[in-house]
Amino acid sequence: MMPDLPTLPNYPLTRGVHPPLLSPDYGSTRLRAPLNGLRLMPQRLTEVTGPLLGEGRVAPGDHDLTRQHSGEALGQRIVVAGRVSDEHGRAIPNTLVEVWQPNAAGRYAHAWDQHPAPLDPNFTGVGRCLTDSEGRYRFITIRPGAYPWRNQPNAWRPAHIHFSLFGRAFTQRLVTQMYFPGDPLFVQDPIFTSIPDPAVRERLVCRWSPELTEPEQALGYEWDIVLRGSTTTPWEQPGS
Amino acid sequence: MGATGILMTLGLTPSQTVGPFLAIGLTWADGPAVVPAGSPGAIRISGQVFDGTGSPVPDAIIETWQADAQGRFAHPDDPRPDSTSTFRGFGRCATDDEGVYAIVTVKPGPLPTGDGRTEAPHIDVSIFARGLLDRLVTRIYFPDEPEANGDDPLLRSLPQSERDTLIAVFDGENLRFDIRLQGPDETAFFEL
Repeated sequence: MMPDLPTLPNYPLTRGVHPPLLSPDYGSTRLRAPLNGLRLMPQRLTEVTGPLLGEGRVAPGDHDLTRQHSGEALGQRIVVAGRVSDEHGRAIPNTLVEVWQPNAAGRYAHAWDQHPAPLDPNFTGVGRCLTDSEGRYRFITIRPGAYPWRNQPNAWRPAHIHFSLFGRAFTQRLVTQMYFPGDPLFVQDPIFTSIPDPAVRERLVCRWSPELTEPEQALGYEWDIVLRGSTTTPWEQPGS
Repeated sequence: MGATGILMTLGLTPSQTVGPFLAIGLTWADGPAVVPAGSPGAIRISGQVFDGTGSPVPDAIIETWQADAQGRFAHPDDPRPDSTSTFRGFGRCATDDEGVYAIVTVKPGPLPTGDGRTEAPHIDVSIFARGLLDRLVTRIYFPDEPEANGDDPLLRSLPQSERDTLIAVFDGENLRFDIRLQGPDETAFFEL
């Protein structure tokens, strides 16, 4: 007979934060959003565990997107740094953070991006790092350019950096985008405005940070990331 | 959580789509190899991702998470005292021009629910794509486990037609698991 399980962590769902899957202003959702509704998946062993992807996934220098080639990347150098925690403020240490973005001209190093802006041979636009013991991450990169897309007439995506986070449980997995303060393109962007609550949208906007700004080198931006919180932590489990 | 039991609350970061260029940031050369090909017990699971018109989705990425063949996780929150697994358990594969993904893994063992029941062998799946503003979550079950599938609490919570969308089918020596994002045969997706 299987042994009984001690109490597992549980990650309660916070509603009203994520965008609705069917957001017709963002045209690609119309044929890709499921329409049958989502069923409830109780959180059991597979959901409260998750991949703990460590050192083998990150090489030295992977956090610096400006120095991955023989020459320096073109554009405004920036530092993007912050803290990864859960909703209860608990730091999430040693978790993989993956980023990707277009170059300073707003073009991705991808065969499908054919918009007539220059490619930069010294910029691929991919970075990885692990958070430290306090949940902190730090990237050095180039401020990405805005770019046009065909969602609606004369549509432009606000400048953004894609972020991928694992946390420590399958329930905490998050892929999102970080934006820059004061961007005039927010109002016409159906991806940013797919988040129903305007106050919640602001959680995706970094802030300029004098502390992170490096004199004569790089502007600094701070952006904290909050993943789902659990009602128990491993060290609070009975019997452990 | 402090001794008073009062939880601090920070605002959850909202999700956004991976967009069409996810391959730049999210693909790994060894992503599809949960275990190296040719490992003992290795199985190949592949499938196609389709949109609401039945067209393949060539810009999605599938991620998988599962227990090892003994039903154990290499994770500190697997509370069973004799858990010493080192199994990676994680796979990821972007779809190709035909919307096809494939991973190589082992069939996971069954899992205890904690209340005396047993979950049938399964793999949790996340789907990301342009046009998906949040990830989709589903599960792969195995066609050679009719009895365990019949007792599985999650499968039992679904109507038969939806249950069938979660059970992979034999494809020669391999398994096939297609994902239909929308339409009459829409895959069952979950909120968790």
